[in-house]
Amino acid sequence: MTLDVFLQQLANGLMLGCLFALIAIGYTMVYGILRLINFAHGDIFMMAMYVAFFTITIFHIPWYISFIIVIVVTMLLGILTEKIAYKPLRKQNAPPISLLISAIGISYLMENVAIVLFTGRPKDFPQIPFFTSMTQLGPVRVQNLAIMVPFILIILLVVLLYLINNTKSGMAMRAVSRDLDTAQLMGIDVNKTISFTFAIGSALAAVGAIMWGMRYPQIQPLVGLTPGIKCFIAAVIGGIGNIKGAVIGGILLGLIETLIVAFFPGLSGYRDAFSFILLIIILLVKPNGLIGEKIADKV
Amino acid sequence: MKNTLEIKDLYVRYGGIEALRGVSMSIPEGKIITLVGANGAGKSTTLRSISKLVKPYKGSITYNDEELLNLSPKEIVERGIIHVPEGRHVFPDMTVLENLKIGAYLRKDNIKPDIEYAHKLFPILKDRSNQLAGTLSGGEQQMLAVARGLMAKPKVLMMDEPSLGLAPLIIKDIFSIIERVNKEEGVTILLIEQNANAALKIADYGYVMETGTIELEGLGSDLRNNDHVKELYLGRAAE
Ligand SMILES: Nc1ncnc2c1ncn2[C@@H]1O[C@H](COP(=O)(O)OP(=O)(O)OP(=O)(O)O)[C@@H](O)[C@H]1O
Ligand SMILES: [Mg+2]
Repeated sequence: MTLDVFLQQLANGLMLGCLFALIAIGYTMVYGILRLINFAHGDIFMMAMYVAFFTITIFHIPWYISFIIVIVVTMLLGILTEKIAYKPLRKQNAPPISLLISAIGISYLMENVAIVLFTGRPKDFPQIPFFTSMTQLGPVRVQNLAIMVPFILIILLVVLLYLINNTKSGMAMRAVSRDLDTAQLMGIDVNKTISFTFAIGSALAAVGAIMWGMRYPQIQPLVGLTPGIKCFIAAVIGGIGNIKGAVIGGILLGLIETLIVAFFPGLSGYRDAFSFILLIIILLVKPNGLIGEKIADKV
Repeated sequence: MKNTLEIKDLYVRYGGIEALRGVSMSIPEGKIITLVGANGAGKSTTLRSISKLVKPYKGSITYNDEELLNLSPKEIVERGIIHVPEGRHVFPDMTVLENLKIGAYLRKDNIKPDIEYAHKLFPILKDRSNQLAGTLSGGEQQMLAVARGLMAKPKVLMMDEPSLGLAPLIIKDIFSIIERVNKEEGVTILLIEQNANAALKIADYGYVMETGTIELEGLGSDLRNNDHVKELYLGRAAE
């Protein structure tokens, strides 16, 4: 492999990793606050892609306005799934396993609703030249996206960390994830805080979905499955509940997956298995993930 | 009665366990009221019912003649009824200062004077402002929990065993601060204590709880001299 090709693959791997990271943050945040693996997160991601498809391709709304619509609609959808699938169970003090089953249920529901509404036939995700045209970067030719995505991730991450560490809502989130009862004694509205968490996770998934759609421009109702599982793995690898961990896990996964296939083209058929192998190795060495701490079981 | 926190005939059940069976108490404004009793008597449950962490299935809790039974924990805090929970429960991965700030979560006014007041009461918290609360000693965490409760500008401060696991000297400090807050700020105090003798000493009025009911009540000084109380809770036989 020449250096040029290596750099090219590095850029691709980094982009994929940053997209994983954007989605993984949603898993980790919801886990942090509810101790729940939100299986519907991948389907929220899928729905975001369809919203983008309809606003841009069908309704011809300019992309920058469409993006805002996609983000807002996805946030609302995230809040809605929590209200429908999890809140009633939380109110009843249901055991964790019930919440998990409900998560799987709402995930299937969304996939099937998508099949009914959008049919199973793949649709072409809109290509927006501003993002999808190619740029010569030194010896490497890449899509604009490959350059933009890491910056988008950094900007969103800075905003997110500021929000969590320096605002009242962020403080409420940290309090609720640590100690639900005591958070309530401070006057924190737990339901509002949980909705807020779902909204943020979904918004990040929406941004990820838009970029993902332009990179892999075929969408169908199960398009969220594989990214969903991989990003969940990324969150676990980094240390679930930890935002920086999710980002590191995501980037690592994207790079490893892309580079292994680049170095050993014969293995490309197994590319989806690498994430699982990496997961097993890391969990054997560091059961709490790369930078995770031990979190007591709750819910 | 105006400005009184009034509990009437309260019943709480945890699954099959009847934790409270008809508890009635009155906490008048500006007083220090103490609730003592053996382990598992239902003291914490009484506080948790008032702050809405558990839902009583029968009875009434009123404050300023308003029924509180169907309010949310947040609405209780909004009314100035603040619960400092048993076992400290500071937020370990927040700094000491953040813990103070989160105590004032619902307040919109300037909290600076209150932080200064908390620092005046507990100077150690000022020195440790930027330290993570989880790294404080047990006694320091207890001080932080009390200070955090004060940050809400409570009208009624309910404290669940603030002296739990502390050295005698620090217990004395905490008790004198409770008295000070009551006298200086006019905060009504509802104090749960295992340390019945010390609690009854500073209390205007006391309640003695046994397995979910109030067994005995009276002026702090009277209860301290009550033979039954002496025998059961003050650790010395009736003379
Ligand atoms: N979450 C719960 N689930 C089931 N039972 C509970 C729960 N909380 C308390 N109980 C039971 O209710 C009764 C009263 O408990 P509570 O915590 O109010 O006692 P307490 O007077 O505060 O005791 P201590 O002095 O040990 O703190 C006990 O028998 C306890 O086992
Ligand atoms: Mg107790």
